[in-house]
Amino acid sequence: MFEIFGIPSQALFGQLLLGLINGSFYALLSLGLAVIFGMLNIINFAHGAQYMMGAFAAYLLLQHTGIGYWEALVIAPILVGATGILVERLFLKHLRKLDPLYGLLLTFGLAIVIEGVFRNSYGSSGLPYQVPESLQGGHNLGFMFLPNYRAWVIVLSLAVCLATWFAIERTRLGSYLRAATENPVLERAFGINVPRMVTLTYGFGVGLAALAGVMAAPIYNVSPQMGSDLIIVVFAVVVIGGMGSILGAILTGFTLGIVEGLTKVFFPEASNTVIFVIMAIVLLIRPAGFFGRTA
Amino acid sequence: MSDTRALLSVKDLEAWYGESHVLHGVTFDVQPGEVVTLLGRNGVGKTTTLKAIMGIIEQRTGSVCFEGRELIGLPSDAIARCGIAFCPEERGIFASLDVKENLLLPPQVRPGGLDLDRIFELFPNLRERLRSQGTKLSGGEQQMLAIGRILRTGARLLLLDEPTEGLAPVIIEQIGRTIGTLKAQGFTILLVEQNFHFAATLADRYYVMEHGRIVDHFAAAELHANTEKLHDYLGV
Amino acid sequence: MTERVLDPPVLVRRRETAWSLRIAFAVTVALLIVAPFVIYPIFLMKALCFALFACAFNLLIGYVGLVSFGHAMFFGWASYLTAHAAKVWGLPPELAILIGTATAAVLGLVAGSLAIRRQGIYFAMITLALAQMMFFFALQAKFTGGEDGIQGVPRGRLFGIFDLNGEMTMYLFVLVVVLAGLLLIYRIINSPFGEVLKAIRENEQRTVSLGYNVERYKLVAFVLSATLAGLAGSLKALVFQLASLTDVHWTMSGDVILMTLLGGLGTVFGPVAGAFLVVAMQSYLAPFGQWVLVIQGAVFVVCVLAFRRGIVGELAHALRVQL
Repeated sequence: MFEIFGIPSQALFGQLLLGLINGSFYALLSLGLAVIFGMLNIINFAHGAQYMMGAFAAYLLLQHTGIGYWEALVIAPILVGATGILVERLFLKHLRKLDPLYGLLLTFGLAIVIEGVFRNSYGSSGLPYQVPESLQGGHNLGFMFLPNYRAWVIVLSLAVCLATWFAIERTRLGSYLRAATENPVLERAFGINVPRMVTLTYGFGVGLAALAGVMAAPIYNVSPQMGSDLIIVVFAVVVIGGMGSILGAILTGFTLGIVEGLTKVFFPEASNTVIFVIMAIVLLIRPAGFFGRTA
Repeated sequence: MSDTRALLSVKDLEAWYGESHVLHGVTFDVQPGEVVTLLGRNGVGKTTTLKAIMGIIEQRTGSVCFEGRELIGLPSDAIARCGIAFCPEERGIFASLDVKENLLLPPQVRPGGLDLDRIFELFPNLRERLRSQGTKLSGGEQQMLAIGRILRTGARLLLLDEPTEGLAPVIIEQIGRTIGTLKAQGFTILLVEQNFHFAATLADRYYVMEHGRIVDHFAAAELHANTEKLHDYLGV
Repeated sequence: MTERVLDPPVLVRRRETAWSLRIAFAVTVALLIVAPFVIYPIFLMKALCFALFACAFNLLIGYVGLVSFGHAMFFGWASYLTAHAAKVWGLPPELAILIGTATAAVLGLVAGSLAIRRQGIYFAMITLALAQMMFFFALQAKFTGGEDGIQGVPRGRLFGIFDLNGEMTMYLFVLVVVLAGLLLIYRIINSPFGEVLKAIRENEQRTVSLGYNVERYKLVAFVLSATLAGLAGSLKALVFQLASLTDVHWTMSGDVILMTLLGGLGTVFGPVAGAFLVVAMQSYLAPFGQWVLVIQGAVFVVCVLAFRRGIVGELAHALRVQL
């Protein structure tokens, strides 16, 4: 153990690790938001609630069917993603021709409904979810202690983010998505079923949020309000990064998580608000965000 | 004027942009293997007609019959899958895709589309620029890309909206030759052109449009006799 | 063609006040004078404060086309400052309200100059994030009393004469202030300034090309909206003699959006009707706990899908008058 700037290394790296973890979630969630925004041109305010549903899906699967973490990582995103597809078909589809702010209002209303329903059924306090056995424990690296589960979360988020980036930027399917983001009317005139692609993209984005929720379940308690405060921070992340690029969203998410973690070490009172302050500064010097196109 | 053997038969087609009534009853037909040109000044509704056929403009009434199938009411992707391809005036090259991705984007809707090698024979420049971002190409190259990608689909009816607009004479010649080759291979083409001289080298028949209606019609052979009338219509 | 968030049912470009508005106003005032004899004054005062809040919000969304998701920060922080001024500094109510409202104006200026840099959806997200930041400040600051809030705020004597502890006196005071606020909003909308705002909403590019400094107009509208929201918050602090975290939480921002949406975006009386409805709904459903949230969210969804003009908007559309 040693000290840096008067802070013991354990504490510093511990917070950095926590910062990386938060950053993982910021990256995953802002990635989902960016993908949805690109295709549907709406901000999915329900993203936080869908993240929460992912965590609850994992919890309920374990409680009622004994299905554990590893299966939940696959099943929960599919289940919650399916609800996303329903939402798009039933509601969002009808708002396509309107001002995108209606989409924001609708997903806002949905977020409130979802959170309210879960709060009614499960109360406000957190429900516990165990770290899966294979990932329990950790390793002593000398300058810090690294819990296995946290390392796993960071690795998995990075993998999912990079895989998503690759799929969108480098594959044939991704080219259909990118074209639809740019000129959906023309793409449809080539014979591609763009509306179905839009629905599935929304489902995918929602699934990403749910995946983040499953990953979050063993770290934070599973509670109905876990999504709402988080999503507002993610909005700030998105404003800072701009929605122009997938890589930008990922990079901004991780970076801001680390910055938040460092702030917690050196200026703990500012840690809840540092990201918002950075957003204010970015708005002053670079309104389009670091990776954004001017919009 | 409609012919049951026609590949495309448009009858009393009306269309609206929001509140604005742009097509007031367009009627014409296109026989298989023909090159038919829609002529007219800016804003008479030529592009709108193509877009209405393609279903890109959704507010439309009347009848558009392709190979015996009614297209009014179908969404544009269904119409494309019937075997029609659209090359827009602004070319519509996707900036977030490279040239190869742009080429491969439109799916095969009919067997018998040109494969990539055949397309490169027609447009050799494209082969060198495969990995360039779509919009980094010159105007002429983009036009070639726009035409090239719809040839892959196997569509037999091509709707081409002002393919020579803003291009250098050398490129215009090349495009003219390409369309000639396509015609020889049995493609049917509905062409919108303001460049009357270009159209004159290829078209079998002409329809003249004014204020959202067809106002005149003649065959290639009758062109000479009608040049003065044409100049009036086109305001040349 | 996208339907803009605000397509008012009837856009009357006359400067003189439509007869329908005069009648509606007279009816509203008459009802409000009679009401306290039939309905609990506290409920009415709460509804009035929110009516002003919603009208202030509507100024921004209805006439400039900007959706703020963070209006709670103006409402709540004005409430805190008024409460603090009355309780700790012992100021009389008129000064306490002035301080609260001024706070909201300053906040509005700062937040507005940041948020206006971006359009539409980004604007919404920025206002939300800024409000959340202000929420955390409220949570952590000493003077706000954190989770407990500022309690036992004295109502005092207005101008040293009127004892606001009497229910009817307080009610009249709130009624007068809120009506004055509504009239002020109405005058703003129908002034040359207001005409420019409407022009911006309808076609921003053209307004810019006509030589107007659109950014400045938007900012002024934003500050006005924030200030009046602050006035509502200040009043509320004295009515309930309490300022708390609920007033700065994002759900409060959501509430005011709901009121305006339900009542009718871009109408004059819509937000008033919406405020009364939502406050009534919240009181009625209070025993059902969390179901209030669910129902509110559901109303949101239904309004956006099928009822975009809102109640007053639909009425105005059906009767073909301005309301």
